[in-house]
Amino acid sequence: MYVVLTVSWVIFSGSTGYISLAPAAFFGVGIYSSALFGNELPLGIVIGIGGIASACLALLVGALTLRLKGIYFAIFTFGLVMLIAHLLLFWEINITGTRGRFVVLVDYNTIYYVMLAIMVVTLLTSFLIRRSKFGSALQSIGENEEAAVHIGINVTMFKVIAFAISAVFTGAVGAIMATRWTYIDPFIAFNPLYSFMPVLMAIFGGMGRLYGPVIGAAIFSYLEEFLITKFPYYYMLIFGIILLVAILYLPDGLVGLVQKLRRRITGGKYANTGR
Amino acid sequence: MRILEGEGVTRYFGGLAAVSDVSFHVERGEVAGLIGPNGAGKTTLFNLISASLAPNSGTIKFKGVNITGRKPHQICHMGVARTFQTVKIFANMPVIDNVRLGAFFGTSSGMSAAEASREAAELLEFVGLQAVSAIPARDLTLANQKKLEVARALATKPELLLLDELMAGLNQTEVAQAMQMIRQIHDRGITIVMIEHVMTAIMKACDRIIVLHHGKKIAEGTPQEIASSETVINVYLGEQSYAGG
Repeated sequence: MYVVLTVSWVIFSGSTGYISLAPAAFFGVGIYSSALFGNELPLGIVIGIGGIASACLALLVGALTLRLKGIYFAIFTFGLVMLIAHLLLFWEINITGTRGRFVVLVDYNTIYYVMLAIMVVTLLTSFLIRRSKFGSALQSIGENEEAAVHIGINVTMFKVIAFAISAVFTGAVGAIMATRWTYIDPFIAFNPLYSFMPVLMAIFGGMGRLYGPVIGAAIFSYLEEFLITKFPYYYMLIFGIILLVAILYLPDGLVGLVQKLRRRITGGKYANTGR
Repeated sequence: MRILEGEGVTRYFGGLAAVSDVSFHVERGEVAGLIGPNGAGKTTLFNLISASLAPNSGTIKFKGVNITGRKPHQICHMGVARTFQTVKIFANMPVIDNVRLGAFFGTSSGMSAAEASREAAELLEFVGLQAVSAIPARDLTLANQKKLEVARALATKPELLLLDELMAGLNQTEVAQAMQMIRQIHDRGITIVMIEHVMTAIMKACDRIIVLHHGKKIAEGTPQEIASSETVINVYLGEQSYAGG
């Protein structure tokens, strides 16, 4: 699950340099799609709805806010998560008079294979984008947005589309994950942790290569499980320390470390071509 | 024929008129110079033409079409390219990719990958950077980064090229190279507007010079006319009285 969240986050934020804290919003939209339609519609369609609803939200929000730069964009997207969570809560309490919902159950094997499928599609998409014109345009936006626009790149459109693509996968994962939890409420669905985790994992893994975020996410989720079971009280603390060390000493993430080691082994033969 | 025309172009920053009621034109095929003391509004005028900024009033026409209010990428597609006073390159990308992106996205019709690569390689050769095409752009010297910006701008197939202080920070040899490059670009049939502080360069390269001061156009004419103009000497060249006194 975290692999998909992280890789889809990197599709947008890794290349354009816009730090989005919106994944939790898209994730939550996916979860709620599952809760709302899970009883009536087949699983595939529910996941589709989750993805498309998230993408629509991303298109709307992106068109409105992608002119914000740097920290402002990050804060806005974070605010979006909170806003939706509270709006939903308000709606549930005052209008429908309930709190939370039950989600239809799906057996674990199905969840596993669906998740695997989403992950493969996400990785494939990310891979293709990286190699495409679209991907290099996104990268140029991250490098220098002003220059990008003056060589004819429609930066607004590209940013919004990339934002939407990353939202599709996040929403789809939300829709399938919801079926595992059986009960959800606005604060479970729109938990800000799902915004922070992908960012941390991407930084930890390194964003320069496709496998960076994958490794970051894999190691992190394993670490999380491991620490929760072994040190239930201190796990957040240990987690935080590991993260600090990673940021201080591995600015390019694990990928950067691997590349540095490889260069040392080859004896700096390619020192003047690589970074 | 006039390729670019501005009519009463005005832009305020807060209460300050950075460009105030400036009317100008550029003939097709000429090299026009834009000079003036620091803060005269030269770069602001470039930003208005390339649509980085929108004018508060006035209109700008390119090839007779009103382009006021269009988006920067549309202006680029129409055939106006620019470079920047402080270089804005894609620093972590290889040199050739910088140019290739210009070829990819700079024209309204678009280009295939093979075409764009060929175009990029050809332009790098034109500006003399073919030997360094694979290294990251940030490792280039300032002079080469400026050449790279020119190549990237040319990749968008412009009819009008805006050069913002191409020669600032370059040494004598590099200035001479840049001058030659401007001539070669001009030979390709591209109209050029250049902002420059290097006086010898601008006097030699330009057919016509426009002088801005405090956001207003104060003079316009051939290099000889400008060099001998009383007003221009007073505000711009002739700081003698201040410097001496």
